[in-house]
Amino acid sequence: MNLWQAVEPSQLISLSILIPFIGALLIVATGKHPNIREAVTLITATVLFSVVLAITDYTFHGVELRLNVAEPIPGLGISFEVEPLGVLFALVASFLWIITSIYAIGYMRGHNEENQTRFFCCFALAISSVMAICFSGNLLTLFIFYEVLTLSTYPLVTHAGNDAAKKGGRVYLGILLSTSIAFLLLAILGTYSLTGTLDFQAGGIFDDSHSKTVLSVLLVLFCYGIGKAAIMPFHRWLPAAMVAPTPVSALLHAVAVVKAGVFSILKVVIYIFGLDELKDLATTDIMLYIGAATILISSCIAMTKDNLKARLAYSTVSQLSYIVVGALLASSIASAGAALHIATHAVGKITLFFCAGAIMVASHKKNISDMVGLGRQMPITMAAFGIGAISIIGLPPMAGTWSKWYLTIGALEADKLFIVATLMISSLLNIAYLLPIPVKAFFNTQSGESKPWTWAETQEAPLPILIALSVTSVGCLALFFYPDPLIDLINLIPGVSTHADMTISLEGEG
Amino acid sequence: MNFILDYYNYWIVVFLMMAGFYIVISANNLVKKIVGLNVFQTSVFMLYISMGKVSGGTAPILVDGVTLYSNPLPHVLILTAIVVGVATTSVGLALIVRIKRAYGTVEENEFKNQDDAI
Amino acid sequence: MFEQHLIALPILLPLIAAPITLILGHSRLSWMFATAISALACYFSWHLLTATLTESVLSYAVGGWSPPWGIELRVDVANAFVLLAVSALSTLVLIYSKDSIEKEIESSKHALYYTAHLLCLAGLSGILLTGDAFNLFVFLEISSLATYTLVSLASDRRCLTAAFRYLIMGTIGATFILIGVGMLYMKTGTLNMLDLAIRIDVYESSRTINTGLAFIMVGVSIKLALFPLHMWLPAAYTHAPSAVTAFLASTATKVAFYVMIRFIFTIFGLNYVFEEMGMDLILMVLAIVAIFKCSYMATVQSNVKTVLAYSSVAQIGYMILGISLVSVTGLMAGLIHIFNHALMKGALFMAVGAVFYRVGSVEISAFKGLGKQMPFTMAAFTIAGLSIIGVPLTVGFISKWYLVTAALEQQHWILAALVLVGSLLAVVYMGRVIEAAYFQKPPASQDSNQVKEAPWLMLLPMWILVLANIYFGIDTSLTTEAASSASEWLFQTSSIAAANSAEVSQ
Repeated sequence: MNLWQAVEPSQLISLSILIPFIGALLIVATGKHPNIREAVTLITATVLFSVVLAITDYTFHGVELRLNVAEPIPGLGISFEVEPLGVLFALVASFLWIITSIYAIGYMRGHNEENQTRFFCCFALAISSVMAICFSGNLLTLFIFYEVLTLSTYPLVTHAGNDAAKKGGRVYLGILLSTSIAFLLLAILGTYSLTGTLDFQAGGIFDDSHSKTVLSVLLVLFCYGIGKAAIMPFHRWLPAAMVAPTPVSALLHAVAVVKAGVFSILKVVIYIFGLDELKDLATTDIMLYIGAATILISSCIAMTKDNLKARLAYSTVSQLSYIVVGALLASSIASAGAALHIATHAVGKITLFFCAGAIMVASHKKNISDMVGLGRQMPITMAAFGIGAISIIGLPPMAGTWSKWYLTIGALEADKLFIVATLMISSLLNIAYLLPIPVKAFFNTQSGESKPWTWAETQEAPLPILIALSVTSVGCLALFFYPDPLIDLINLIPGVSTHADMTISLEGEG
Repeated sequence: MNFILDYYNYWIVVFLMMAGFYIVISANNLVKKIVGLNVFQTSVFMLYISMGKVSGGTAPILVDGVTLYSNPLPHVLILTAIVVGVATTSVGLALIVRIKRAYGTVEENEFKNQDDAI
Repeated sequence: MFEQHLIALPILLPLIAAPITLILGHSRLSWMFATAISALACYFSWHLLTATLTESVLSYAVGGWSPPWGIELRVDVANAFVLLAVSALSTLVLIYSKDSIEKEIESSKHALYYTAHLLCLAGLSGILLTGDAFNLFVFLEISSLATYTLVSLASDRRCLTAAFRYLIMGTIGATFILIGVGMLYMKTGTLNMLDLAIRIDVYESSRTINTGLAFIMVGVSIKLALFPLHMWLPAAYTHAPSAVTAFLASTATKVAFYVMIRFIFTIFGLNYVFEEMGMDLILMVLAIVAIFKCSYMATVQSNVKTVLAYSSVAQIGYMILGISLVSVTGLMAGLIHIFNHALMKGALFMAVGAVFYRVGSVEISAFKGLGKQMPFTMAAFTIAGLSIIGVPLTVGFISKWYLVTAALEQQHWILAALVLVGSLLAVVYMGRVIEAAYFQKPPASQDSNQVKEAPWLMLLPMWILVLANIYFGIDTSLTTEAASSASEWLFQTSSIAAANSAEVSQ
């Protein structure tokens, strides 16, 4: 199982960051030969996934992996430390990178995009910084690679090079950089000046000696500083980023980048504040309300969007706030639900984006109103879309069920009924804006006349795209039936557990 | 009245300083600006030189029977400062010559107009 | 013998070499000679820094006249640190100059350029090393006169008026310093800095000394282009030859900043300047206004050199802000930023110079499409630009980190937030140029084959600075160690002087 036994365990961390980085260099070097370049991408992605698997293996065996790289500020270094939440995120990101690479090859070629080398290179760089974020051992490291991630994805967003792309890129960079510099850095420095440390520690680094008022302010700064979590009103960058090619939207703006945001919030909540400290802060409730509002408002906006990618983008904004809310509920089971949602939303949403891209490549349709009856031409794609949609909604037998389940129990446990209500209403809204798309594609026809359907009618997307979206939709199913490895991993996070205190939850239900 | 008379050297310094400063700011002609700058600097030389004077003291040259000398150090300092001033003036004048060649004028508003026209 | 005179060498070498360079006359010959001299001076500065790290203070009596009567040269960690930065940048800029000035300065004046550059270096080193207040004025004028000449060497005629304006402002500033020093001498009868420090403390509330402080602070502020006395800087930086701008931006204002530190901490003493005279509040307000006003000005310029010039004024605001916090960390942040800003601005102006070398213009519109045509130059520009913004893994981040830490140390939360918000403006002004370079097509009129990558002699020093930007952003042991010991040392001497004077007055 463990292919990397020869390597010293802690060096696996540097490998996980360096492999995509070296991959990026090799991609540039082989840029003139697209086939070799794509092979490099795939091999890099696979090797990276095997490294992450090896790290996972060590985590389950309780081996602590730690690595200090440099010390830019005395006493405060760039250091990495493996912990279960990071492993979970790394697993999701590295696995989906393989799938997305396959997909991207089909998409980029099918779409005849320019500057493909730059595209694959920046993609690999982004993954490299995501890995560094996953395994970061303190806030400084997290911040550094958070910024690197923003910068490395900027060329991807502006890939098309036209005015719309430039405008989108400006909004993207503007919001992400300014929130991170103005709020996040301030919050980090404030934390540092209060506690003298930025290390992630189980149970948090704040204690009762710190003023609750200051901590409340810090919490707000952190929540808004991590702009990648797209809490309203700083969510505009995410729809703006949809000008990027679909593989980018799929992996980065449904998985890697946005999840880096909510992952950072979870990290801050669990390892900097500590769940217990969080309960006592005045702003926790305020941020909860804002999170709940984000869930509902962006679902409503999503309904008004006819452009498929825009609708998915607002859906992402809404789903991200599930995780933020889960983190801020400050209950162990809600945090578990939030962590699980990172994975389940990832497979669900990436499936939907893959489908959107497939539709764009095969039929050049961007608007939902044009997709009526499309199920006849693209049955596989539309079926996958249906699976993804059900998973996002949170219905069995799809992966999304579990995370919503735990989130709801967590909300009950924390006695926050309005959150429970929000989650339920949101599910209904999800049904309203996602399900009609596959339903109309299959059961309505554009012309009104119905002919018996034959395979000859199909005009599916290229094979790599189909492979990718099939794998992720199977993933949605698989994670419903076998969520155990992920749940085991989540239970390893200190202070977080999927085992509800049943008495409380029953009371709540009653 | 004594206040004015006792400190007459400082009044001269202040007057020269302000006059020079005013010329630097207000003059439109670059040569006049340099002249103003010189007046301005001269006032500082006066400030130094006059403060080296010790009442009742003679020039700082060893002479039998004299015990009280003026302080020579400020004078020496000012020699250096004068050299610096001369150097500044010459660089300034050299620049004016080149400006005249390039623009055909040494009036500030005129060459400003020429630059703006581009 | 050699060891003994080591302190004087960074001044003497370029001073003696300057006329020789002029006599050599030949462009390439004088280039090689000047570069070698500058490198040698850099080597000696390195020696001085290592010596001060172990021995803390070295003193040298010029001509054998012992202080406080003679002129003393004094090296401690603070000035050795700045000296090293100045001489290293001078060497890099000289390497860069060879190609750059070929395009921007008439060939008959090349030797003159190197001569003036060496004189300027000698003056700057002199300012840094001298322990005598009047001598400081003299060196200040040596470097300034050389600077006016350097600025006026460009082929664009607007450089002449810029140089003239700079000369007027600079001379007024220098004369103000001279008046201030005169006031101090009038009251204390000494010019040696340490001696002055002890005696000034005795006469704390004297009106003469207060006036002296005011004159000196205004004079130095003109020299370092502190807002609102910065008006000479954008014009001078814009129209000077690129190599000159790179040198001035990374050294001259930094040295003026050092002069301010020296006057505040060593001569006047921080208790007097900050607690009695309340300079910290004045400086803080000016610094904040400088950061916002000039960053804003930078966002609306169309000439990239002007953008960077305004950015320089804003960055000076950050340094001054560091001092105005009156804490060891704050001063340290200022000192680190001297070094770091020299690295970033040096690289940026060199990149802009390289663009001028190939394209012949430095308007933002000229940068269109350069990302493809001059990839190395624009990559250098981008990295250094990110450093200005303060993106992690670059030196700009380290500066900002310490500055905000220093502000938070004293619970100045709003100040910390302002510093960070101010750096967002840098995102705008750097972003405009970078976007033009990478995301806009070159103008159709331009023959795209003409524009190639800059010659390697320009790229080499540029990339050395860029790599230094990254290296010192990750491994900061050298900069933080030197800056923190310098800052502690300055605070210590400031309080020692106060203690000594207490003894004297008893």
